[in-house]
Amino acid sequence: MRKNSQTGEGRQRKERIIRFFFFSVALTSITILTLIVVFLFWEGLPIFCKVSVYDFLFGRYWYPTDDPPDFGIFPLIVASLTVTAMSAVISIPLGVMTALYLTESASARLREWVKPIVELLAALPSVVIGFFGMVIVAPFLQEIFNIPTGLNLFNASLMLAFMSVPTICSISEDAIYSVPLELKEASLALGATQWETIARVILPASLSGISTAIILGMSRAIGETMVVLMIAGGAAQLPSSIFDPVRPMPASIAAEMAEAPFRSDHYYALFATGVVLFAFTLLFNLVSEHISNKYRQVGAATL
Amino acid sequence: MKLKRIAILALALVFSFTSTMVLAGNLVIKGSTTVLPIAQKVAEAYMKQNPDVKISISGGGSGNGIKALIDGSTDIADSSRFIKPKEVSLAVEKGAYPVPFAVAYDCIVPVVHPSNSVINLTLDQLKAIYEGEIKNWKELGGPDRPIVVISRDTSSGTYEVWHKKVMKKDRVFPGALLQASNGAIAQAVSKNKNAIGYISLGYLDESIKALMVDKIVGSEETTLNGTYPVSRPLYMFTSGWPKGDTLNFINFVLNPEKGQKYVRDARYVPLY
Repeated sequence: MRKNSQTGEGRQRKERIIRFFFFSVALTSITILTLIVVFLFWEGLPIFCKVSVYDFLFGRYWYPTDDPPDFGIFPLIVASLTVTAMSAVISIPLGVMTALYLTESASARLREWVKPIVELLAALPSVVIGFFGMVIVAPFLQEIFNIPTGLNLFNASLMLAFMSVPTICSISEDAIYSVPLELKEASLALGATQWETIARVILPASLSGISTAIILGMSRAIGETMVVLMIAGGAAQLPSSIFDPVRPMPASIAAEMAEAPFRSDHYYALFATGVVLFAFTLLFNLVSEHISNKYRQVGAATL
Repeated sequence: MKLKRIAILALALVFSFTSTMVLAGNLVIKGSTTVLPIAQKVAEAYMKQNPDVKISISGGGSGNGIKALIDGSTDIADSSRFIKPKEVSLAVEKGAYPVPFAVAYDCIVPVVHPSNSVINLTLDQLKAIYEGEIKNWKELGGPDRPIVVISRDTSSGTYEVWHKKVMKKDRVFPGALLQASNGAIAQAVSKNKNAIGYISLGYLDESIKALMVDKIVGSEETTLNGTYPVSRPLYMFTSGWPKGDTLNFINFVLNPEKGQKYVRDARYVPLY
């Protein structure tokens, strides 16, 4: 009797310790994330003693080391948004269609081959993609389109699209794959063709998953640094065509942070740019969270 | 009043004395990130020859280095510019007398694609190009092609020289492309027939063509005799005439057989 209760207590204690262990592991990553965010704001906000929020966000000129300096990141924000939007235009059809093909019409053997290859794209280091864009794609674009420089918005968007295709493809593939078989079978049984089934049944049923995939792919593109640093061109101007060089926010931070004097206005301004970037990625994540909650697939009956 | 001043001076002397005592065998170098590669390479070699001396090196910019020198928190301040009058008076107030040693020269050359027929530009033409006023090589006697202007990130030392010596502190126009290093500019220019960029002399190679500025070729010789306009000396400052380890280190840096060899390794122009 006594022995029994002891082992019971022992097991409970063990249980508690394990629970505490996992709790603290989970807490560690949350704490670190919180500290990073606090640090980001702490180092970024002092710039607003010097420049108003409006002038910072909508100022047209970025001359941080001039005397007097100009801290306007509007061209940088526009650059980030256009590059991301352009890359979405390229990567969404590519990613979603690949996913549809792989789940709906590719043979099992082909699928086994193609899927890992697409996912391998995600494993390519961004600096390799950047180098590829700089050395191979840029001269090629310049030649083909007869433009002054191949280091521009279009090239950067193209390379970013390569990077977000695997994300979009594999997440939407999971979403499409998890569409209940009954739906598909019912549609086919009613005499719909495969195309009609895909367009009218499978796509709507997996829309929430695909939207999540797209937004995650885009948030990868907006935060990507190396690629835009190497091939977006880096001109802090508002682009007037897709072949204009631009400077997205991460590129500006990466290029200038290393040598900005510690805790100078320039340093604060770069951190504040980081805050803006963080706000964008946070927004993307919230939207994807919202979409996947709102259109959650609960089962075969939800359509 | 006078007594008080003398007392403070004496106190400062005692302090500086004790601080050098504490730091014996240790050398602190701080300052310009432009001079940093030289300091690092030379210090590595110096420590190899003198294992009992520990040298700690950090960047932070010329201004911070000189400030640290005045505070007494560094033995040597690296600087990519000469000390400013305000800093001198601040130093003298604190009883420190900064002594400059030019340790190397930084020479910046404009570069273009090897196929470009332009070989010489004046300072005014360079300025107009970087201000976005001259937009076509035709206007400079070259082929009818648009000019793609490539500049450095505004916090780099190379940009600083260009901004001061070529732009005369006017702004580079926003349409200029940005690259984050000398190597990246060389790479981008070698891949683009329309491009013009500027790099440190040490990064020149066959894939790009250096232009003359005001008909003067940028070289070690023209940098040292002062005729080439886009260059500047790099300094190490000490507080008072150097003594002990600091003196040994400075001598090592200036020795053509020793420290100056590493200046070329760091892609700058050595003094001799």
